[in-house]
Amino acid sequence: MSVATRNVLLFVAVGALIVSTGLTQSWNAALAIVNMGLLSAIMALGVNIQWGYAGLYNVGTMGFVALGGLAAVLVSIPPTEGAWQAGGFRILVALVFGALIIAAAAWVYKMLPRGRWRFVALAPLLVAGFVVYRLILDPAAAAVEAINPALQGNIGGLGLPVLLSWPVGGLLAAGAGWLIGKTALGLRSDYLAIATLGIAEIVIAVLKNEDWLGRGVKNIVDIPRPVPYEIDLQQSQGFLSFVSGIGADPAAASGIVVKLLYAGLFLAVLLILIWLSQAALNSPWGRMMRAIRDNEVAAAAMGKDVTRRHLQVFVLGCAVLGIAGAMLATLEGQLTPGAYQPLRFTFLIWVMVVVGGSGSNLGAVLGGFLIWYLWVQVEPWGNGLINLITAGMAEGSQFKQHLIDSAAHMRLVVMGVILILMLRFRPQGLIPGK
Amino acid sequence: MDLLNALVVFANFVLLPGITYGAQLALGALGATLVYGILRFSNFAHGDTMAFGTMATILVMWLLQAAGIGFGSLPTALLALPAGIVVAVLFVLATDRLVYRYYRRSKVNSLTLVMVSLGVMFVMNGIVRTIIGVDDRQFADGARFVFTAAQFREWTGLTESLALRTTQAVTLVVIVLVVAWLHWFLRRTRTGKSMRAFSDNENLALLSGVNPERVVMIVWMLSAALATLAGVLYGLDKSFRPFTYFQLLLPIFAAAVVGGFGSPLGAVAGGFVIAFSEIFVTYSFKKVFGYLLPVDWQPDGLAQLLTTDYKVAVSFTVLVLVLLFRPTGIFRGKSA
Repeated sequence: MSVATRNVLLFVAVGALIVSTGLTQSWNAALAIVNMGLLSAIMALGVNIQWGYAGLYNVGTMGFVALGGLAAVLVSIPPTEGAWQAGGFRILVALVFGALIIAAAAWVYKMLPRGRWRFVALAPLLVAGFVVYRLILDPAAAAVEAINPALQGNIGGLGLPVLLSWPVGGLLAAGAGWLIGKTALGLRSDYLAIATLGIAEIVIAVLKNEDWLGRGVKNIVDIPRPVPYEIDLQQSQGFLSFVSGIGADPAAASGIVVKLLYAGLFLAVLLILIWLSQAALNSPWGRMMRAIRDNEVAAAAMGKDVTRRHLQVFVLGCAVLGIAGAMLATLEGQLTPGAYQPLRFTFLIWVMVVVGGSGSNLGAVLGGFLIWYLWVQVEPWGNGLINLITAGMAEGSQFKQHLIDSAAHMRLVVMGVILILMLRFRPQGLIPGK
Repeated sequence: MDLLNALVVFANFVLLPGITYGAQLALGALGATLVYGILRFSNFAHGDTMAFGTMATILVMWLLQAAGIGFGSLPTALLALPAGIVVAVLFVLATDRLVYRYYRRSKVNSLTLVMVSLGVMFVMNGIVRTIIGVDDRQFADGARFVFTAAQFREWTGLTESLALRTTQAVTLVVIVLVVAWLHWFLRRTRTGKSMRAFSDNENLALLSGVNPERVVMIVWMLSAALATLAGVLYGLDKSFRPFTYFQLLLPIFAAAVVGGFGSPLGAVAGGFVIAFSEIFVTYSFKKVFGYLLPVDWQPDGLAQLLTTDYKVAVSFTVLVLVLLFRPTGIFRGKSA
């Protein structure tokens, strides 16, 4: 069997799994898996760009995805009445001031020689800078948060079409990735992992606490959609006559149509990204990246600037993650910082990349679909299994109830076992990279 | 008098919690750093090992409580601790046998091992959540205080007061005992010496007849025992929740790296550095300043650098600063 046939068969198999969900459960459920599978595939693609092309171990995926979600809010939500006058501009001033202080500190650090004087110059600059920054920011943030806190209490967004937030999310995440890459890429591989893990937590902490930005844990629940609402479809004459023409239930049909529209948008983005990354991988640039990944010392000896190339690829990967994050927030129509958990948004993506095959874009896509399918479906399977086990137990016993309640956590065990088995018996993944 | 009051406030809200939290982090970091020194990878499952050991301890504690056995004024969990440690050690040894040993033999690079530990992390996390659930649990019993705030006020006659909780006292005693014992073990015993030799230069140690499997086994046992200790003490002091334990991974790694990854002494120092920076930066100094400064110099706000929610940012910032300016950590661990 040639490699190409096997790859096609793998994709057909995963497709069949999803179709079987449509047949046995509902097409709405199957399409929900497809949509999240598409998003997972894009996230896995982003991680794969960093890990598969360059061997950069980024476990801060969650942070970049969350930044993408923030972009969706900042672009698409209508601006809050009076927030910019109340304190928005002052917040901007504070942020610019903070950036200037950090730039000044970096400059001082570069200019002065190593030693005591550098510390003497830097410490007061940073401490005083921080105090002044807080003095500018705090009243402004409080003023913005005081505006209609039950509904708004943040500066709102720009009120632009939400589709625009996808590239913006990519840019935002790329910017953050550049800053982080600049500081952390010099570190050895597992220190980079620990550092990125921390950065992701910080991004979430900022989203949770800076209420003026995205309402913090009060969440934003009304991100506008790029596609029609189910309820509007159900009331439109044209749609109703179409549905009765094919003899379908309007409620289910409207859900399916909306999900299909999303799937179309996501698929377009995924195809563009795959095309771009395949083209990049097969270009001289891609060959250089592979050379660096396989032997950094040799590549450096050939005159390649390893650190710069690493930074480049890190930023690119972060941008893809940011795009996926904005798309995710668009699909869900909300930004809930509490929902960003490392197991789901970092480590699960890693399982996808490893299972799919690191270094292979098609593998990342396959892994994204397969692992998301399992993540969703293991829960009902676990429930079924537990029900089977507990069938003989006395009704209403506490132990039985406990087992039934905790069946949902079985999927974590399943994911771990899949990861361990893959690494042991097929470390190159389902579709190995070159 | 004002100076004394300020000192007491500071001790009650910064010093004591800092030392306790630092000791708990230090125990966690010791386990992570030992694994790093000998097996040469960052074990991402360490936070979940803590959760697993704590869970085992709580389960045994429930059995003891059901049988009506208590530990006087000390928490019953301490009585259950040895059993919890045994369970955690057995589980970790089983994972080594089933999972890690294969990779050790095939000499893979450390990133593959990190990835494998992610798999183990998923499994342990799932098991803990399945068995004990995801809720927050308080499991400290026995006397709550060694001395209460009211008693302290009575003794000293100061306006401000200081209370010492039993769990804090227990933590302090345990960390002193553990560090002393570990120091003795690594410096004086044959096994400890062979472990250090293995950590310094694997090939040389093998040539000198050190049995690698035995060293690895002892490291896993020590790491699981220390993780369980850290987890139980943290849980007694605050509360047990699987997700919180998973998140402790970051300050623990930070502590280990700050001290010098692979250096036990550094892990202890790192634990205290991280704990104190977290508490220092997020504590509101308004009350302390209230005693120290003249009335018109009083700060209007809380005199707090960052809100407590940014704790995670603090441990991370310390980590990055140390990595950038002294990549080997305070005590010169394995190079970065």
